[in-house]
Amino acid sequence: MEKRVTFKGWTLPLLLVLPQVVVTAVFFFWPAGQAIYQSAFIPDPFGLRTQFVGFGNFIFLLTDPYYLASFRTTAVFSVLVTVVSMATALWLAVMADRIIKGSGTYRTLLIWPYAVAPAVAGVLWLFMFNPNVGLVSWYLDVLGYNWNHVLNGNEAMALVVLASAWGRISYNFLFFLAGLQAIPKSVIEAAAIDGARFWKRFWTIIFPLLSPTTFFLLVVNIVYAFFETFGVIHTITAGGPRQDTTILVYKVYADGFVGQDLGSSAAQSVILLVVVGALTIIQFRYIERRVHY
Amino acid sequence: MTFKNLVLAGAAVATVALPGAASAATEIQWWHAFTGRLGDLLAEQVEKFNASQSDYTVVASHKGNYSEALNAGIAAFRAGEQPHILMVFEVGTATMMAAEGAIKPVYEVMAEGGAPFDADAYLGAVKGYYTTPDGQMLSLPYNSSTPVLYVNRDALEGAGLDPDMDLSTWEKVGEALDTLKASGHGCPLTTAWQSWVHLENLSAYHNVPFATKENGFTGLDTELAFNGPVQVKHIDAMGQWAKDGKFVYAGRRNEGGANFRGGECAFFTESSAGYAGVKAEAEFDFEIRPLPYWSDVDGAPQNTIIGGSSLWVLSGHEPEEYKGVAAFLSFLSTADIQAKWHQDTGYLPITTAAYEKTKADGFYDANPGTDVAIIQMTGKAPTGNSKGLRLGSFDQIRTIIDEELEAVWSGDKAAQAALDNAVERGNQLLRRFEQANR
Repeated sequence: MEKRVTFKGWTLPLLLVLPQVVVTAVFFFWPAGQAIYQSAFIPDPFGLRTQFVGFGNFIFLLTDPYYLASFRTTAVFSVLVTVVSMATALWLAVMADRIIKGSGTYRTLLIWPYAVAPAVAGVLWLFMFNPNVGLVSWYLDVLGYNWNHVLNGNEAMALVVLASAWGRISYNFLFFLAGLQAIPKSVIEAAAIDGARFWKRFWTIIFPLLSPTTFFLLVVNIVYAFFETFGVIHTITAGGPRQDTTILVYKVYADGFVGQDLGSSAAQSVILLVVVGALTIIQFRYIERRVHY
Repeated sequence: MTFKNLVLAGAAVATVALPGAASAATEIQWWHAFTGRLGDLLAEQVEKFNASQSDYTVVASHKGNYSEALNAGIAAFRAGEQPHILMVFEVGTATMMAAEGAIKPVYEVMAEGGAPFDADAYLGAVKGYYTTPDGQMLSLPYNSSTPVLYVNRDALEGAGLDPDMDLSTWEKVGEALDTLKASGHGCPLTTAWQSWVHLENLSAYHNVPFATKENGFTGLDTELAFNGPVQVKHIDAMGQWAKDGKFVYAGRRNEGGANFRGGECAFFTESSAGYAGVKAEAEFDFEIRPLPYWSDVDGAPQNTIIGGSSLWVLSGHEPEEYKGVAAFLSFLSTADIQAKWHQDTGYLPITTAAYEKTKADGFYDANPGTDVAIIQMTGKAPTGNSKGLRLGSFDQIRTIIDEELEAVWSGDKAAQAALDNAVERGNQLLRRFEQANR
C-alpha cells in the first residue's frame, strides 16, 4: 500500500523541489555545460585569447595512445578497488555480525578508517611502503623482497589500490552490516533447522537477500574509484611510474592544472562524464535485473 | 551596553587594531610558494622592507607549491583578483612570457617607478633566462640554483677510494661507481630532478641543444632535440648503472635527498640549494664538486643552467601600486639582501655585487664548496644552447621525460627509444602551446 500526499495547486510542491533543482543546476548542469563549451576551444591559460577548434581536442585525445592507455589503467584500478573494498567489507561484516561479545567495539574500530581523508590515507600508506624508510618495505626486504613502487608499475598500482580501498572498506562495511541485520532471522533459522551449514546459508540465502545493498555499493564504489581517489594517487605516485597509475581523473588534473591546457582538460571531463554515465546505465539495465528487492 | 556604546567601542577597537589605516599605506600583494625555512627567510625580507619605509606594505601569502602558486595566480587573473607580484618557477617562464597583457615587464615597472635598476648588475647566466632576446628583463630573478655533485667522502674512503680523487668527468665517476659497487656499497649514485640535471643541464653543459630555436628563446615553433648522441650516451650509461645497481632511482623530485643525507648513498646529483639541508643533517664528511661531464664531448664543460623562480608583476593595478612594487623589487636586489639570501639558503647570489660581498665576508673560505655552483655556471659565456630553456607546457613535458626515463631505469626501454618517444610526445604539447598562443 502506497501512501500518497496530495497538494492543492502547484506552488508549494514546486517550491519544495526548488532547492534541489537549484543545487543541481548550479553545481552540476552549469559546470558540465561550461566543460562542454570549453572543450571546443584551445584557450591560453590567462583567458586572453582563445581559438575555436571544434572537435579538435577530442581528436587530439582519442588519437593519443597514452590517453587510451589511461582507460585501461582506470578500468584495472576501478575494478580492483571495488572488488577489494567490497569483498573485504562483506567478509568483515559477516564476521562482525556473528560476534556476540564486544561487537560494538569491533564495529567502531572497523568504521574508523572512513574518517581519514583520502590524501591523509595516501600519506599514511606512502610512509609504510616508502622504499627507503617504510616499515613494511623494510620487513619485505628482510624477507628478501625488494619493494620499489617508484619504479615497479605493478607495485605502484597495488599500493594505490590498497590505500584507496582501505578507507572505503569502512563505508561498505556499514552498509553490509545494516543489510545483514535486516535479513529476517526466521529465514536463516529455518534453513539451519533444515541442516544448511553456515556457508551454504550464506550463498543461498544471505547473499541473494543482500543483493540490493551490494548493487548500491557497486555503483557508489565505481563512482568513488573514478573520481574520489584523486587525493590518494596525487600523494602516493603522482600518476607514475611511467603512466602506470595515471587514471582518467588524474589526467584531467595534470593536463588542466599542471599543464594549463584547459581545452584538453575540459574535453577529458566531457569524456569522463559520458563514460560514467554509460557505466551507470549499464549497471542499472543489466545488473539490477538480477537484484531481488 | 547600549547600541551606541557598542558602536563606539567597536570603532575604538578598529582604530587600535589598524594603525596602518590612518597612514593609508598602499598594499602590495605577493604570492609565493615557500614554506619552512625558506618561507621564514622570505617573511624576514618582507618585514625588513615594511619596516624600512611607511608608504607601502607588502603582504606575502603562501599559495602552495610552485605549480599551485602559478595556478592560483592564473585563476586569480581570470577572476580579476590577481596579486601584484607572483612567484613563478623557471619552468613556467614561457607560459608567463606568452601572456602579453597579463604581465607587466619588470623593466617597465622599474622605469615607471623611477627605481634605480641596472639589468647588467645580474649574473649573465641568471639574467639570460628571464630576458627578451634584446636584453630587456621581463621578470626579476629571485631564487636560482644549479645542479652540482654531492660526495659522501666517508663512503669513498670505506670503499678504499681516495676521497680527493678526480671526479670531474663521468668516466672517472663511473670508475668510482664500479669500485663502490664491488665493495658492496648499496647506493653508489642517486639523483634529484632527473630531467633538470641529466637532460636539461647535461645538454647545456655539453653545449648541445635541448630544443631547436635556441632552446625556444627565438620562437614558439621550437622542437625538442634532446635525443641527440650526447644525451643518448649519458642516459644509456645511467640506464646501465641502474641495471647494475650502481645508480639507485628514488623518485621524480628530490626524494633521493633523504638517502644521501642519511648516509646511504655515495654520490648525489642535486641542486646547489640542497646545501643547507645536507649540511644540517649529514653525519658524515661531505663535499660539493662540480657536475661531471663527458670528456669526449668537444666544448664540455660549457656552463650549467639555473632552476628556481623569478618574480612576475601582473597587470591591472594602479600606477601608485606599481611604484610600490618597483620599490620592493629594487629593495630585494640590493647586495645586502641578496648576499644574506645566498648565504642562508645555498641559492646562487644573483647579482655580481652580492657575490663580491659574500666573497669579502669570507663566507666561501668558511664554507668550502659553496662557490662551486657559481663558478660552474659563470665559467664561460652562455651560448644559444646554454642560456636556459623557454618551452611552453614544460611542466608537462618534464612529466613525460620522467615517465620515459623511468622506463629506462627499470630496463623496459633502451635510451634512444625512450628519448625519441619523449621528444615526439613533448613536441605534440609544444604544438598545442603554439596554437594556444598564436
